Amino acid sequence: MKNKYSIFSLIKNAFSLHENWKQAWGDPEPKKEYEAIIIGGGGHGLATAYYLAKKHNMRNIAVLEKGWIGGGNTGRNTTIIRSNYLWDASAGLYDHALKIWENLSQELNYNIMFSQRGVMNLAHNLQDVRDLKRRTHANRLNGIDAVWLNTDQVKEFCPIINTSPDIRYPVLGGTLQRRAGTARHDAVAWGYARGADEMGVDIIQNCEVKGIKRNGDQVEGVETSKGFIKTKKIGVVAAGHSSVIANMAGLKLPLESKPLQALVSEPVKPIIDTVVMSNAVHAYVSQSDKGELVIGAGTDAYVSYTQRGSHDVVEGTLKAILELYPIFSRMKMLRQWGGIVDICPDASPIISKTNIKGLYFNCGWGTGGFKATPGSGDLFAHTIANDEPHKLNAAFNLNRFVSGDLVDEHGAAAVAH
Amino acid sequence: MFLINCPYCGERDQSEFSCGGEAHIIRPKQPTELSDDQWAEYLFMRKNIKGVQFERWNHAHGCRKWFNMVRDTSNDKIHAVYKMGEKPPVE
Repeated sequence: MKNKYSIFSLIKNAFSLHENWKQAWGDPEPKKEYEAIIIGGGGHGLATAYYLAKKHNMRNIAVLEKGWIGGGNTGRNTTIIRSNYLWDASAGLYDHALKIWENLSQELNYNIMFSQRGVMNLAHNLQDVRDLKRRTHANRLNGIDAVWLNTDQVKEFCPIINTSPDIRYPVLGGTLQRRAGTARHDAVAWGYARGADEMGVDIIQNCEVKGIKRNGDQVEGVETSKGFIKTKKIGVVAAGHSSVIANMAGLKLPLESKPLQALVSEPVKPIIDTVVMSNAVHAYVSQSDKGELVIGAGTDAYVSYTQRGSHDVVEGTLKAILELYPIFSRMKMLRQWGGIVDICPDASPIISKTNIKGLYFNCGWGTGGFKATPGSGDLFAHTIANDEPHKLNAAFNLNRFVSGDLVDEHGAAAVAH
Repeated sequence: MFLINCPYCGERDQSEFSCGGEAHIIRPKQPTELSDDQWAEYLFMRKNIKGVQFERWNHAHGCRKWFNMVRDTSNDKIHAVYKMGEKPPVE
């Protein structure tokens, strides 16, 4: 690695008052032709480029980003990472990602601040208890760590939760995945960008894709705001805008794009050292290293690309948060924002070839894509390089909406991802 | 967040309504004769337009009636509201 980050480089640069750090990735103009083009410079897109270069030796590739890298949903999520999904296919996919997360800082030589602080999912009624216990058993059969906690154990693990039986949705127990946690989301995009750039990948920002050129059933290139670029392989990782890109190629996807909101409070001293999620009341909370409470709200129930979201959604989430954590009642919220998430009918992603040769889609991550970033990039790179899915993403093909072989996580396991 | 002009009740807050998704998707007349591809198209594939979209809404916390709406999904501006069964406005 050219500019390896270490304690020595830190000391060396301290002598020059940190004014001589080298730029971590370049700002090239697009070439006329690439072996492959990735549309979308978020975490998933940059990870895809990184693994294409690293594992499949495709170095003449570019990532096209219409804004700045990591400026979309990568920088808008609540940074939660877990793999306790119900179905075998999902468990395989998300745990593959979690295993990569565990060594990612070392692999990228970039501190992504991965913190395995545990994720607890609460149960508020008898059906929740049955569902979550079933999920715990399914997880353990798939080799994923999961334990069931009763109400007292929940209180012990996170003392600020109100476990009184008198609240509207009392806490009847919960599941805990200790390997789960959080990571610094921007650093994930930056780390992958730096790693990909080092292997020769062109990361081209402020370059919007305007059209996809096809010759019959084969892609020929992309029209962009920086001119036409020739390529035989296009990987689309455009999240909320996947349908817009698909439309350019004459494809329709089973997606709806909706604003998902999150908010952070003013920073306070450490008060909650884990991640607590509650699907039934749709509220989840963790605390960032800066001390802000990071709160995830729900999606608006209509298609919108506005990156705003409705006030009543935030209000509903905060009501639930206050009932579960009365200690937060006088906290002030600092910022609120929305990200446009592309939701599949079965709430599982699509990592797939299409019936157009050389056109691949990685989309449909809906409300829970961040946790899968490294695994998604790895498997999508495999799919693009070999023109065949890896066995871990074979179930997540586009054809499942025709065959009916859905990966139905929506009804079964995790409304809030 | 926006205001919706319900054709039966007048202008109300969007939180009173629920969205029923893309409008004018016609249920197949002969379901038994459909191929898997046609079923997938009917059940799952959506235009998901960034721009002017036709959609169904229900005044769930009001008159509970369904109606259609033309809305720009890139800025949430509503262009037209019309009753079920009426022809969509041409624009």
